[in-house]
Amino acid sequence: MTIFKEFTKGFVKENPVFVMALGLCPVLAVSSSVENAIGMGAAATFVLVFSNIFISLIKNFIPNKIRIPSYIVVIASFVTIVDMVMEAYVPALHKNLGLFIPLIVVNCIILGRAEAFAGKNNVIRSIVDGLGMGIGFTLALIVIAIIREILGAGQLLGFDVLPETYKPMLIAILAPGAFIVMGLLMGLMNMKKK
Amino acid sequence: MEFVAKIFSMAIAAIFVQNFVLARFLGLCPYIGVSKKLDSALGMGMAVIFVMTMASTFTWLIQTYLLVPFKIEFLQTIAFILTIASLVQLVEMVIQKTAPALYKALGVFLPLITTNCAVLGVAILNINEKFSFIEAILNGFFAGLGFTLVLLLMAGIREKLDKAELPKSMKGMPIAMIVAGCMALAFFGFAGLKI
Repeated sequence: MTIFKEFTKGFVKENPVFVMALGLCPVLAVSSSVENAIGMGAAATFVLVFSNIFISLIKNFIPNKIRIPSYIVVIASFVTIVDMVMEAYVPALHKNLGLFIPLIVVNCIILGRAEAFAGKNNVIRSIVDGLGMGIGFTLALIVIAIIREILGAGQLLGFDVLPETYKPMLIAILAPGAFIVMGLLMGLMNMKKK
Repeated sequence: MEFVAKIFSMAIAAIFVQNFVLARFLGLCPYIGVSKKLDSALGMGMAVIFVMTMASTFTWLIQTYLLVPFKIEFLQTIAFILTIASLVQLVEMVIQKTAPALYKALGVFLPLITTNCAVLGVAILNINEKFSFIEAILNGFFAGLGFTLVLLLMAGIREKLDKAELPKSMKGMPIAMIVAGCMALAFFGFAGLKI
């Protein structure tokens, strides 16, 4: 597989959210506004790229039996860095995302890429893979967030985009709306595949 | 008596009003993944209740007697996830030795629990909400109970859904998400409860 294909596979073909249904919790929880979605996507992409780099560097030194715990420690360290950096520089966003920043540790996408890709490939390929998958995750988050924010608040990134006569469907930004929008989008992806 | 009332309101809040799956979006992977059959859902639910209660107990102790006195709270994420991972491993070994039948029933689900974000979620929430030791343990137990309740409801619905006539592209995961949405809507009814 060429490097370019490695990079773009995460966008649509192997999209971690819509196709593989990984990491659903943060996707549904923070996609009520586009701003939160971008913040979460950026944080997860950072952790994904750096844990991929680190794991592909140390893969030959880790005994096979304890590789999963070692991966988790690496990931948790980078999550702690992201957590502290965000708290210092973007406190408002940090507060909005709340619990879901430390929970990046148990995001299956990151451990999944570590196990399926970074533990078997060289550093360059792992960086490309991490970046591609991270962007795919962010794209999915943004798509859901755009739909939910427009339907539920009539806004996009905080600006009004629909005429004033539009009555916001509050349900779209509440918890049930997240599930329903996600289900419909998954159905749409299935329909396109056939 | 006041204590009992407090415990009761905590239970209602954790199980219904702030349900971990439907209101907080925690533990969705097992909720969607293991809800195809009723009996496997029951096994998963039991294992989660157990691990969540144990995890709440141990992470609270570690936070209070290890991280805070030594001023290393920034290691919270790493310390908690390692605690949960080793706890799950330990539980697996104990159950395997003492109750082989239960081990066979839970077998596949036990290792999966480490990456269930509801477990790490409840551990961090206990600290953020400044719960006391007893409250933390009970909160873990009730949160697990809430998770099991919606998991069982979902499994019951999905067993029936198998026979329903659906558009091909909506089968499986998409319709499960929509059912979850309807369930979340129903659980919104509990939000008005004042205790």
